[in-house]
Amino acid sequence: MDGSHANAASAPAAAGGGEGTQRTLNPYVTGNSVIAMKYKDGVIMACDTGASYGSTLRYKSVERIKAVGKHSLIGGSGEFSDFQEILRYLDELTLSDHMWDDGNSLGPKEIHAYLTRVMYNRRNKFDPLWNSLVLGGVKKGPKGDEKYLGMVNMIGTHFEENHIATGFGNHMAVPILRGEWREDLTFEEAVKLIEKCLLVLLYRDRSSINKFQIAKITTEGSTIYPPYALKTNWGFSAFENPSQGAVGTW
Amino acid sequence: MDASSLTGSSSSSDAPTSGEHRMGTTIVGVCYDGGVVLAADSRTSTGMYVANRASDKISQLTDNVYVCRSGSAADTQVISDYVRYFLHQHTIQSGQPATVKVASNLVRLLAYQNKSMLQAGMIVGGWDKYEGGQIYSVPLGGTILRQPFAIGGSGSSYLYGLMDHEWRDGMTQEEAEKFVVKVVSLAIARDGASGGVVRTVTINADGVKRSFYPGNKLPLWHEELEPQNSLLDILAAGSPDAMVQ
Repeated sequence: MDGSHANAASAPAAAGGGEGTQRTLNPYVTGNSVIAMKYKDGVIMACDTGASYGSTLRYKSVERIKAVGKHSLIGGSGEFSDFQEILRYLDELTLSDHMWDDGNSLGPKEIHAYLTRVMYNRRNKFDPLWNSLVLGGVKKGPKGDEKYLGMVNMIGTHFEENHIATGFGNHMAVPILRGEWREDLTFEEAVKLIEKCLLVLLYRDRSSINKFQIAKITTEGSTIYPPYALKTNWGFSAFENPSQGAVGTW
Repeated sequence: MDASSLTGSSSSSDAPTSGEHRMGTTIVGVCYDGGVVLAADSRTSTGMYVANRASDKISQLTDNVYVCRSGSAADTQVISDYVRYFLHQHTIQSGQPATVKVASNLVRLLAYQNKSMLQAGMIVGGWDKYEGGQIYSVPLGGTILRQPFAIGGSGSSYLYGLMDHEWRDGMTQEEAEKFVVKVVSLAIARDGASGGVVRTVTINADGVKRSFYPGNKLPLWHEELEPQNSLLDILAAGSPDAMVQ
């Protein structure tokens, strides 16, 4: 369609005529893990509402899951300014899709393919969008309602799976999901499973905060639930006096 | 590059007085019931030297939108100059004052597209007839976030806990102005890269009000003493609590 999306430096580069070739940078304001899985009626996605600035938990009410068109949800971790820019690209994409007025609308598979191209092409120019994106959705296909869940990261690695987690979630949530995910999870079971993963990340990921958002997408459309916090459990007797038998232990 | 480079003292070479002009800075923006108050300290340093002890870090973008600048003095001046220029044209073409959202998104655009070259953390605040008082944070990298209050600059490290504890929604104008002066002066007390005077800009439906709180008029905090003209005055006033062995 147009390559200008992928070249951020060519847009009204007022600061001195487009000589702003960006190179691989470090991220500044970063979002945490995103977890997602398919369930009986569609796809469910969750993340915390925090964005860190180095080690500071700087912004605590940030929405990192957004609806895309009628059929998809996108969740983003990594550099938040790049995620905001990706949302702008997706706005342009869905707007031109709508203006075709041909009765078709882009489904999750198409959006995922588009994002993959954007991410991979930026990576090839050593100017990546520093994100891991999770794309989930449901769309009517030849075999009925088809659920879709995929991810793409800053180097262009992309795949589809029944369950996805980014960042720390790769290490902590994916093993849980691999053991407990089933094709026919109800919404309630899926929420419980996702909350189990969110809690483990809260305990073990230094940059996570106790304020979460869960979103779901079904044939009816997308719902992003309001933020909420989870109860944590510290009631292990071994937690109470760990140094008793071994002074100086940690 | 990490968050700590927002502190001004990055040139630790043999010439502590050289290097780029940085605004170590404490900047704050709060919404109150009817508008916004922006506040900042006034210290600009080059290395360890205070190049300007009375700088004005709150710059006008339009009649109704101002921006607090932190980070590189040059970068933020250039960004605010460009945005002022764009907004001037925008105002002429649209026939009405620019909205705070447009102004902050222009700041974001420059910050994001030039992210590898800029060190600028900014807080945009203003009032327009559509959404009233608004504060937008544009940190390093070019993220844009609307917030009920925002803090930035190296001095802001000392304010996170304070704001978590003391921030309330729906303050009056007077409460908000007193609050930001207190908050900036507490940061000045602990951040070497912040100091000087506290400047505030209050923006609401009636217009803009600039205020100036000189260093010697700020409240005293822990371990700070009431300033005197001279020891001689203290002695003349009668025996002080002399530390005699």
